[in-house]
Amino acid sequence: MTPFAPARLLPLVLLLTALLFALPAAAQSGPGAVAPGGGGGAPAQPGLEGQTPSPDVRSPADVPLYIPHDGRVQGRISIPDPALATLIQPGGRDWRGFRMDWLQWIGGVVILGALAALAVFYFWRGPITIERGRARRWVPRFNSIDRFAHWTTALGFIALMLSGLVLTFGRFVLIPIMGHGSFAPLADWSKYLHMASSVPFVLGLLLMLGLWIRDNIPTRADLIWLRQAGGLFSRHSVHPESGRFNAGQKGLFWLVVLGGLAMALTGYLLMTPFYYTGIAGMQIIHIIHALLAMVLTAVIFGHIYIGTVGMEGAFDAMGRGVVDENWAIEHHKGWYDEQCRAGRIIPGDRMPQAGDD
Amino acid sequence: MARMVFLCDGERCIECNACVTACKNEHEVPWGINRRRVVTLNDGRPGERSISMACMHCTDAPCAAVCPVDCFYRTDEGVVLHSKDLCIGCGYCFYACPFGAPQYPRATLFGSRGKMDKCTFCAGGPHADNSPEEYAAYGTNRLAEGKLPLCAEMCSTRALLAGDRDEVADIYRERSARRGYGSGAWGWSVAYTADRGGAYAPGGRALEEPERTS
Ligand code: HEM
Ligand code: SF4
Ligand code: SF4
Repeated sequence: MTPFAPARLLPLVLLLTALLFALPAAAQSGPGAVAPGGGGGAPAQPGLEGQTPSPDVRSPADVPLYIPHDGRVQGRISIPDPALATLIQPGGRDWRGFRMDWLQWIGGVVILGALAALAVFYFWRGPITIERGRARRWVPRFNSIDRFAHWTTALGFIALMLSGLVLTFGRFVLIPIMGHGSFAPLADWSKYLHMASSVPFVLGLLLMLGLWIRDNIPTRADLIWLRQAGGLFSRHSVHPESGRFNAGQKGLFWLVVLGGLAMALTGYLLMTPFYYTGIAGMQIIHIIHALLAMVLTAVIFGHIYIGTVGMEGAFDAMGRGVVDENWAIEHHKGWYDEQCRAGRIIPGDRMPQAGDD
Repeated sequence: MARMVFLCDGERCIECNACVTACKNEHEVPWGINRRRVVTLNDGRPGERSISMACMHCTDAPCAAVCPVDCFYRTDEGVVLHSKDLCIGCGYCFYACPFGAPQYPRATLFGSRGKMDKCTFCAGGPHADNSPEEYAAYGTNRLAEGKLPLCAEMCSTRALLAGDRDEVADIYRERSARRGYGSGAWGWSVAYTADRGGAYAPGGRALEEPERTS
């Protein structure tokens, strides 16, 4: 197993931090933004050039009404709400387009696509069974702290996912079914649930990060696993060698940890609107939050599939904390050998119950 | 049928904030909520102009398009209103609105921002006209009494006009032709153009000249 190597993580952490700090700056300097006061350049809008009578205006028919506003019109305001100094913001048009067209389509295609792909996979490949059958000897895999971290994160995520999807798709899917009067309270409670469940989600996420980071550092063996796609797409049993976590699980770990932290960051920024950035920044933050939500939802569907119906013996690991010996040999040979050397294999027909360990 | 609009004449507005005060007082708008505001452009420089802005009651209203609970409706006169009974205070209408019109009682989402509040064109909300419920949630309903919005009535320079689109446009064109210049009806290309529901609808573009409604 690879020793814990924080140095390897450094570039990753730096990259993430840089991205997060670049975001509000990029958002502030969006195209067409006119600085307060104008900055001495061209006038903010047509018509500001002069206020002297013009020979072009002879009759009422010459007076323009519908002057185009293509850029952002920014001014000064005497009330203490800087967000209101923006007179006209064109970004709302793009944000509306994203929220009502792109997000609905992307979200629908990604989520339904993931479900369809899993169904196809299930009928084509079927559950991945334990080749040699169950050994009925048990290898401890996740202790109670591991499982607490996992299920806290998982329940938090599912609550966040469902309550978020109510906001995204409820208007088109649920209002026609239940009507405006019942949907509004549901959406209201979803909003509260969304904010409340962010707490267990983030705590569980940090706990998982601390507990499992050392087993999720990429190694050379992961390349082999990736090249064979983990044996997922071969009908006969192919199990590339792997340690406690294989490359697929490591990928999921990093997606969930980094994606989840990005969700938390963007989510908390959405909960404190305009504290750190202006309207364009808020729109970008929302777009990141919503798109990443769709991606993570699809990824988690895959994770739930492989952890339940998709693979024999996999659920025991997070359910009871132990796995069948043959499952361990087939899926995590390297890790199994270590457990053997440490003498951790538990004999006995009966699966160890909670509290036995 | 009239199509109600606002027009702020940038050549006349002197940033006195009478419209803002009139609105606050008429509807007993709580602290921190600004249904109407005056924004000054090019402040202290040649070409300075002030524009009084509130909800423009857009033709294809972006707020209504994005609302997750679909709580907006449009009156026969083109006034965009919403139901505070349904609103969940998510803040999405503010992200979509070109004019920054929607307002919220509280600043953050911790414990919710509260029900959205915005200019009603002095036309109240979904409750019975001028009932105590309507007044408490949305303010007075002057339109139901045959009166126009108080902000425009109060405007000492007659910069802010409220009323039927064609009548307001005629007044503005007439006066602009007399003085020989005008910077246009601020926001109209965004709020009222018909092409795919207005310049600020997805794929929409500003029209130089719109069709007249009557
Ligand atoms: C971890 C902390 C998180 C926080 C603080 C958070 C916060 C928020 C906030 C403030 C909103 C804006 C809407 C509103 O509040 O009414 C939102 C929207 C949303 N969130 Fe989260 N969120 C988090 C995690 C997640 C996760 C893990 C998912 C899903 C997998 C998710 C999915 C969504 C979705 C789908 C929306 C609606 C987007 C839309 O329809 O426009 N969120 N979130
Ligand atoms: S100005 Fe804003 S709040 Fe008013 S109708 Fe248009 S989008 Fe909605
Ligand atoms: S704040 Fe209220 S009115 Fe605005 S989009 Fe959200 S639910 Fe709709």
